[in-house]
This record gives sequence, C-alpha cells and structure tokens, in this order.
Amino acid sequence: MNLDPRTLEPAPGAAATVAPAVAPAAAPAPAKLPGSLNTNRRLDRWLRILPEGIIEVMPGKVEIGQGIVTALAQIAAEELDVDLSRVRMVRAKTGMSPDEAVTSGSQSVQECGTALRHAGAEARALLLAEAARQWSVDAGTLQVSDGLISDVSGRKLAYWQLDSAVLFDRETSGQVAPKAATAHRLVGTTVERFDIPDKVYGRARFVHDMALPGMRYGRVLRPAAPGARLQSLDDAAARALPGVVVVRDGSFVGVVAEREEVALKAVALLRKGAVWSEGAGLPPTEGLHDWMRTQPLDTKVIEDKRATAPARVVRDVSLRYTKPYLAHASIGASCAIAQWQGAGEQKRLAVWSHSQGIYNLRADLGIVFGLPLPDITIEHVEGAGCYGHNGADDVALDACLLARAADGSPVQVVWSREEELAWSPHSPAMDIQIKAGLNAEGNILSWTYDVWSNGHGIRPGRAKIPTLLAARYLEKPYEQFIAVNAPLASGGGSERNAIALYDFPEQVVTNHRLLTMPLRVSAMRALGGYANIFAIESAMDELALQAGVDPVEYRLRHMKDPRAIAVLQNAAARARWSAWDSEEHEEGAGHGIAWVKYKNTGAYCAVVAEVVMMEVVKVKRLVIAVDVGLTINPDGVINQIEGGAIQSASWTVKEALGYDAQRITATDWEQYPILNFSEVPAVEVEIINRPDERAVGAGEAASGPTAAAIANAVAHALGVRVRDLPLTPERVMAAM
Amino acid sequence: MSQTITLNVNGQPREVAASEDTPLLYALRNDLNLKGTRFGCGAGHCGACRVLLDGHAVASCETQLWAARGKEVTTIEGLGTADAPHALQRAFIAEQAAQCGYCSSGVIISAAALLARCPRPSEGEVREALDRNLCRCGTHNRIVRAVMRAAQEMAA
Repeated sequence: MNLDPRTLEPAPGAAATVAPAVAPAAAPAPAKLPGSLNTNRRLDRWLRILPEGIIEVMPGKVEIGQGIVTALAQIAAEELDVDLSRVRMVRAKTGMSPDEAVTSGSQSVQECGTALRHAGAEARALLLAEAARQWSVDAGTLQVSDGLISDVSGRKLAYWQLDSAVLFDRETSGQVAPKAATAHRLVGTTVERFDIPDKVYGRARFVHDMALPGMRYGRVLRPAAPGARLQSLDDAAARALPGVVVVRDGSFVGVVAEREEVALKAVALLRKGAVWSEGAGLPPTEGLHDWMRTQPLDTKVIEDKRATAPARVVRDVSLRYTKPYLAHASIGASCAIAQWQGAGEQKRLAVWSHSQGIYNLRADLGIVFGLPLPDITIEHVEGAGCYGHNGADDVALDACLLARAADGSPVQVVWSREEELAWSPHSPAMDIQIKAGLNAEGNILSWTYDVWSNGHGIRPGRAKIPTLLAARYLEKPYEQFIAVNAPLASGGGSERNAIALYDFPEQVVTNHRLLTMPLRVSAMRALGGYANIFAIESAMDELALQAGVDPVEYRLRHMKDPRAIAVLQNAAARARWSAWDSEEHEEGAGHGIAWVKYKNTGAYCAVVAEVVMMEVVKVKRLVIAVDVGLTINPDGVINQIEGGAIQSASWTVKEALGYDAQRITATDWEQYPILNFSEVPAVEVEIINRPDERAVGAGEAASGPTAAAIANAVAHALGVRVRDLPLTPERVMAAM
Repeated sequence: MSQTITLNVNGQPREVAASEDTPLLYALRNDLNLKGTRFGCGAGHCGACRVLLDGHAVASCETQLWAARGKEVTTIEGLGTADAPHALQRAFIAEQAAQCGYCSSGVIISAAALLARCPRPSEGEVREALDRNLCRCGTHNRIVRAVMRAAQEMAA
C-alpha cells in the first residue's frame, strides 16, 4: 500500500500550495514546503516509529544549551498525538539527518519546529488513513490517544503496528494542516528539559565526556600571535615524554599523547622550543573606532526612505556609539574527536563535534583534506553553552590534523582556556553614527544612521576556502577569509536591527563593512543587533530627554506596531515606570527602558533596567516583556530571555577583549571577567503569548534592549551619558 | 614517574596508575571514568572542576594526586544519582536551573559544601558561596533558587 498524500483530505485551513512566479518550461519547481521541509522534503528524514512504541524524531538543529531539543519534541508529540515520553530525539549526523545548515539566529523554532509541525501532522494523517483502509472506515471517524488509533466500535491499532517505514517513504506534501493553537495540549505548556538530569547527575553528556576505545589526547601549540609563522621548533623535550607524538604541518604544531596531562606537558615544552615570526599586527587599542573608518570599506545603503514633503527640521543632533570586541567566553572549552580509518580510496574520516552546522563543517573539512563529502561523517554531540560561532568548528580541524598521526585511533582535542578566549572567533567591534533631524517639538523628522564593522560571519561551508583557524597555518596555508554579513532578508550581520522600527518620515541607513580583518571575528549572539539596538535606543532616550518628554511617551509618539507597543507598555507597567518619581529609591538609583523587534522580523522584547551607581554600575533588576508569537515551552522561553539578558548585562558593564599590538591579552578569566553570582541582577520575565502568531525564537531577543536599558538607567541616575561600551567606572567617571 | 596511587573516591578505594603531579581532574575523568567533573580553565578560576576534598570544595584541575592521597574525594557522581538524588540535584531539576549545564556539577559541589557548613543560608550567602563558580548562560538566579529550595528541603 503506497498512499498518495495528495488523496488525503486537506484539513480546513491547510496552506495553499505556493505557485512559483515563473514556471520553468521543462521541470516545474517543486511546491514550497514549510520551514526546513522545503530543503529536506522526505518524511522519513524527520520521523521514524520503532516497533517498541518509540517515536524517533530527527532534527537537523542541535542542542547548544538552549533547550531546543525539548521544544522540538513537544512540537512533534503534539502533532502526532503521543505522550512526550514516547519521543526519542536523535542526535544530528551527516548523511542521516536533515541538512538544516546552522543552528543559529533564533531560527530553530521557525525552521525546524515548522518542519516538524507539518511532518508530524502529515505522518499522523498517513497513519490514520492506513488504519482506516484496513478497517474500511472513514479516517475522519478515528481517534488517537498516545499513538493508539481507535474507531467507534472500539477496535484499536497502535502506530507501531502499522508499516510506518513504507508510509513515511515519501516526500511530504505540506498539504496536511497542523493543529490549530486552540487544540494544543502540550505546546504552550512548560515541560522539563530532557537534558538537565544528565547534567545535574554528572552523567557523560558532552563530547568532552566521550571515551572511545583507544582514544588519545591531542593539544595544539597556537602561534605566538595571530599570523605568526613558525621559524624553528626544538621538539626533543616533548618527544621524550612517554607516548607523545609531535605533529607539524607548516606553522600548525600539536601533540598526540596517551594521557591528557602528558599532552599538556608536551605542549608546554614545545612552547619553549618554538621560535615564531612577528604576527600580522592588531589594530590600535586607542582610537580603534576612528581607525575602523579609515579602512577599505564595502559601503551599502540598506534603507533609503525619503520624505515626500520637505521636512521642517529645526535642529540636528549627532550622536556616536561604540562597542568593543567581545569573547564568547563559554565555561567549557571547545572540543572535538576525530578518527581516520582506511587508506587511499577507502580513507574515511569520522568526527564528533559540537558544531552548530555539521554539514557546513564537513564542507570545509572536505576542502582541507581533499575528501569527497560522503567519506566524512560528523556526528553532533553536545558541548558547553554556545552563543554563536565559537571555536567548535576550529577544534574539529585541529582534531582531524592531529588524528592523522594516531594510526587510526580516535584523538580528542580540548582547547585550553587561553585558546577559548583568545583564539575563538570574536564578536566584532562596532562604531555607529546617528544624525537626527528634529522639529520644534523635538520629534524626529529625519534619521541618518551609519554603522562601521567587520562582517559578522566567517562560518565554514559557505566560502570557496576553509575558514577554520588552523587552515591559515598549514604548510600550504589558506588566506584568512574576510568576514561577510548574511543577507538582510535573513537578518543581516552588522546591519542587523540597524533599520530603526520607528515611524520616521525620513530614514537613511548605511552599512560600512571593513575589508580588512586584523582580529578574526564572526557571529556572536544577536550579531549587530546588540550594538545597533544599544545605539538606537540610547539615542531615543537622549532625544526624549532633550525634548523634555518621558522616554516611554517619546517612543510611543514614533511607534505604530501594536505588538511593539504591547511589550513596551507591559514592561513599563510591571516596573512601575511612571511611579518612579513618587517612590523612594536608593541614592544613585536610576531606571531606563528599551525595546527591540529582533532582526526586525522576530521576537518583540522590552526591558526596563534599574541600576545603582556604586564603584561600578550595579544592575539591580531587569523587568522584561517578550512576545515570541506562539510559545512552545514557556519556561524554556523565560530561561532563554533571562539568560540572554544576564549575558548582555555582563557584556554591557564589564566586557571588552583586551589586546596589544601583537596578541590578544584576554587569556584567562582574570583578564576577561564576566558577571558573577553576586553581581547579576534580578530578572523578571513575562511572556505575552500570541498563539495565532508564528512561533519565533527567543535566544537573542534580550541582548540589545538590555544594553540600552542599562545605559539609559545610568544616564537617568547620573545625568550623564556613556556612549561607549562597556559602561566601566572609568568611562562613567570620564563622562561626568 | 608513573606509579600506583590509591585514592578514596566516593567512598571507595580506587587505584590510579599515574604520575603524582597529575591533576586530580584527569585521574577522575580518564582513569576512573567519572566524567561529571569538568575541565573549564585549568587555573581554578571557574569552578567547573570542583570536587569535595574532605568536605571542602576545591578545584580538581589544581589539585595534584599527591595532595588528594588519604583524603575523601567526592565528585558529583558521589553526591547522588537518579535513583538516590541529593536534595540539590532534585532542586536543580525542579527549578530547571541550567541551560548548557556545563557548570552544573561544579556549582552543585560548591553548594553542597555551603549547605554542609551553613544549612540555612541567606540568598546573599548562597551568591557569595558561588562567586568562584562561573556561569555564562545566565542561569544564576535559577541556581540560587534551587540552592535555597534544597536547603529548605534538607532542613524540613
């Protein structure tokens, strides 16, 4: 029996097939399918039913500490009408899993969640149709409870008694409508995350914890400075250690050892025996942002809205905001395991990695090793918290290079804290110039916005050359890839959230991407959205104060979107914004507000920050309202928003990557401090659930508005404005 | 030089064949397959590798095997299991006090040391006790709630 899904009755409200605008003469383009189904169309790529009553769900998106795997399980269980306990989430693996590119940009719920909603709905319909066929009844009369199909006469058939392998052996049609939000029983409820028990019981969970048979331990000796070349190497002392093999390929140097602590010792000895050339040099630390404007630039106007009538500008205000380079600073260091097997035509490479994009990583490894892609298998295994393009991909190449000297044994490489902080890709420095033209009431008539930054993307798998760290140091080195930005339609990079969502009669926004890249930078949480919202929302606050208008009221004058207005008003009300002046506060206290529609297409988030000026900027409390459309797992959303806000508070009051003329000096936690338990603010999050709106991600929404709200609160407390991040005591003093 | 060292780990004598300057962290993880104790920085700054040594929370990355000899080492696995969880482990699940969870075991160890010496800590005392444990995901407040919940449960 091979059911044609097209014979299935589309449920009411099923999405109509989108016809291509221009139909090619020969092969008509396949219908567009929802979410990642469009690029991974086979149903059996997503779902499998095991005879023992387990539903295997195979997402291409991966767990990076954000709890996505649990949310995706909820979605699949909802549509299939099975208990959550029946769902087993399968780790992503190249060749097996859907290729969903990169787990990034708060897109997993949109892309993978949407695919699973539709795949689940279609799978359920196919199973019901098959039961109906066997019983010769109308599928519409059947009921399902936890995977058990029953008819009016009381007959029962479980999903796992049907030949789901045959039923799912097809492309999805996208013609079966998922449940309406009102029918949800699991989506929209808080469920405990699947991964947390392993983590609190200390069970092996991370790629760091894998212990493959015969596994050896690899470590890399990084160059003395970025771009430095190895001139000579005395490796005798390292080689004298028991079980140590030294690996060298040009300026890439490392060791493989039988014991991990011996690998560490060997690298320390290699360091003493290595002579390096000068590095390529780093930009000035003083005047960095001025220097950025002098660099060769790729300049693009991304918004050019001109007023139809000449605006009656009576006054121009020019404001400049800056952001430093930042580090991802995950608590766990990047880690990977690689194993070579076979030789010649039979050569195969297996990799275990916490990469955000296993197919993309595979493409770069394919270039470096000249291997056909099917001969490389990469399996995702969790790593420590991932907030963007960190060292996960880089360490995978390190492991592959070192494993070549391990005679077929797997080699695990764990980066040092110094590698993690100083050699992972960094978040780019940014410089923003705003010119606002005001009318007599101080309202904004024209808005000119320029942003200077490196691109925010050097992810692997997208360029003709590998972008992985070690590739630049090989005997046959690859050029350093210069970071680019994703298309604005997918959120952009440095221009993310650069277009202000205010109703200005005139708005011109220009992005200047640097074509030089002395620090290796890439995507970190919210990308340009962090600095752009810091700048836009700081400027709105400044202009409100200049106009003598309350900052909430001033924003509302320029806003039309009801969802934006709702988060702003919700946060303001819960923080008792308008009661501030009539209530008692500590000396040096202030409050500030800011909001974002993340990527200008995603979640709405408004933040009220309350600070107290002590020796440092003490962030006391963050009151947050968020609207992610349809909420899948409320506690998961709150956890992400809370975490994003606390991380942003840390960036905003503490963090800047230190470096000198040659090297990154942020090499340990003392050189790169982050907020600790005593320093983090209280965070209160409320979700405005909109079950009929598209579900969007929550991970990055809080980053930008938290920064601006804190800066605005500092200005409120002190009456002076700090426009350069981070808001350190020195910066605050200088502004006074 | 490599030698056999006997350690008391989670109430059991365990033999490790390693040089006595080996960090306890690697003996636990690689020789004894106790992977719950995690490498974070190698310098005792972040707390991810904390274990109890005679009841005190210490960084196992900075504790060499010779210094652990004759002492009782308790790792996250020794604190409790899914079948017999420690109150802290139960509370961390109840409060969903993790995101990536990489720092969790070290945090729970620090909290266990705190609750042993101070059964009813104030919120401020909990925060202070955890200041040498770093969390990057921003789950601090959930963690503090979980520790307070466990303290309450243990006192009841």
